Amino acid sequence: MKKFVVSLAIAVAASLPAYGSTSDAKAPVAESWKHAGFFGTFDRAAVQRGYLVYKDVCASCHSLKYISFRNLPAIGFSEAEAKAIAATYTVKDGPNDDGEMFERPGRPSDRFPSPYANDKAARAANNGALPPDLSLIVKARANGANYIYSLLTGYADAPADVKLGDGMSYNPYFSGMQIGMPNPLAEDQVSFTDGTKASVKQMSKDVVSFLAWAAEPDLEARNAMGIKVSLFLLIAIGLTYAAMRRVWAALH
Amino acid sequence: MSAKGFTNPIVKWIDYRLPVFSYLHHELHEYPTPKNLNYWWNFGSLAGIFLVIQIVSGIVLAMHYTPHTLMAFDSTEHIMRDVNYGWLIRYIHSNGASMFFLVVYIHLFRGLYFGSFKAPRELLWMIGVVIVILMMATAFMGYVLPWGQMSFWGATVITNLFSAIPVIGDPIVTWLWGGFTVDNPTLNRFFSLHYLLPFVILGIVVVHVLALHQHGSNNPIGIDIKGPQDSIPFHPYYTIKDIFGLMVFMLFFAYWVFFNPNYLGHPDNYIPANPLVTPAHIVPEWYLLPFYAILRAVPSKLGGVVLMFAALIVLFLLPWLDTSKVRSARFRPIYRQFFWLIVIDCIVLGWIGANPPEGIYIVIGRIATTYYFVHFLIIMPLVGKLERPLPLPTSISESVMKKKPGLAAAE
Repeated sequence: MKKFVVSLAIAVAASLPAYGSTSDAKAPVAESWKHAGFFGTFDRAAVQRGYLVYKDVCASCHSLKYISFRNLPAIGFSEAEAKAIAATYTVKDGPNDDGEMFERPGRPSDRFPSPYANDKAARAANNGALPPDLSLIVKARANGANYIYSLLTGYADAPADVKLGDGMSYNPYFSGMQIGMPNPLAEDQVSFTDGTKASVKQMSKDVVSFLAWAAEPDLEARNAMGIKVSLFLLIAIGLTYAAMRRVWAALH
Repeated sequence: MSAKGFTNPIVKWIDYRLPVFSYLHHELHEYPTPKNLNYWWNFGSLAGIFLVIQIVSGIVLAMHYTPHTLMAFDSTEHIMRDVNYGWLIRYIHSNGASMFFLVVYIHLFRGLYFGSFKAPRELLWMIGVVIVILMMATAFMGYVLPWGQMSFWGATVITNLFSAIPVIGDPIVTWLWGGFTVDNPTLNRFFSLHYLLPFVILGIVVVHVLALHQHGSNNPIGIDIKGPQDSIPFHPYYTIKDIFGLMVFMLFFAYWVFFNPNYLGHPDNYIPANPLVTPAHIVPEWYLLPFYAILRAVPSKLGGVVLMFAALIVLFLLPWLDTSKVRSARFRPIYRQFFWLIVIDCIVLGWIGANPPEGIYIVIGRIATTYYFVHFLIIMPLVGKLERPLPLPTSISESVMKKKPGLAAAE
């Protein structure tokens, strides 16, 4: 009976994340991610390539407002590179002493500038659809990394029985199978500096690695601390168990 | 108040004026505890520790959090990204809430199984139920604070429940919101109350412990301590056992905090609150799901609200609904079967609460809700009257000595 109750509880608990997903869409494919698991770390090369995909493709519509240029050294850029990247952007600042807003080159302390002035402008430019901010997207979707990878690689021609809305694209992984975002990636759309072939799968995988970092930049520190804490607790369990046996031995 | 053999002159000096050391000595050293408590008895002290973890981590979070609709989500991300070890503190707090409920639910079911709610511990039990209800209110308001989609819509759904009250329902909801919709005043008061209630809980926990120390712990065989051979001092025997249990549970806690910190939350809460977009399914955190299922079990809003509160209120009446003189389910062969059925029923209710109210889920939800009340209101009183309990051991020490060779007969 007790075993049954425990297994029932575990089965129900395991089904819980499903309540974040929508039922009509196709289940995401299961990719393997270097950042997954107890010893997960970010693949620096992949994350940097992913940054390039973000910058050259996604950034034309999607903001990344929780990330600053000063965060870039965490994925392997040098401080000087981060500074140089920041300087390529133009940032609105002010008001200055004359009360005027002015434009200046970006600094490491600036956030990534958003492509649109506000949500309304974003919708107006995108056929009514709002491109979501990508800083947290991997955590804001059920099974996030796999889902976004599936979405990016999942564009296909609509089956005959599906009637697409105006300006919509068919994507079986998206809730409702119709997505406002046109297929963003085409072969060799980005030229990687490390010579990696920019296939759609490669770019998708890399950009998801980048977004996984953006959503959870402290993942490596968290895993590393988790291992240490767990080892400490294992030893503490052994010691307190021995102490308990010793204390209780007097009674028996 | 004489110093109990204290030799340290400072301790003596203080104790003569303010007998804190005598008090601790009395409550830890002299406090007689049954010899035979098993590991299910660890969960009471664990619950107390989690209350402290939540208060401490929460106070630190409050130093960096901003309770304003325009800044709450950003300040939460600021904690996650810019505050030193902010991610650690927030994950401890958000997963700590789940752990707190898990521990308290186990503690509650332990009381249910071993009859810890029966005379003379009725008030102890009822105070415990008050704590659970306050915890639910506190946790609900805490979940609203990050101001994500689930925060906003959860707050909308739950506060709207009060509109089910006839005539004065709508004014009450407006009063709760501080406006005509869930908005900044709502977030502000939820933050204020979320900070206040844990200290109220702490106060009631003190009363809970006072009530406990009046008659001492119940025990797995549910018979009273009859003499010194049946009891041992709480310290060092149960302090070390509690610390050992704490270390084991901390390892479990660490798994969630460090390796799976977002599993128990909802992904939608990483989307900033948007009053114009309703999530596909609005669901509370896992620990409220069984009650959410009961809420949605009947087609009437008022009926659902009444049932949900009744599901909690009925727990206050258990000491009188259970008519059996025998405390421990070990000696109650029939009740024991029904105990596991109500555990299963609660898990099923949780599963139903996580699913949309449509098709077969409605039917199962109604059956499970009905059974919940049938269990407490009909089965419990009847089984107590009709069941023939097994013979009780004559004393705790006798049962302990008998068990020695075989060791821990599993429940």
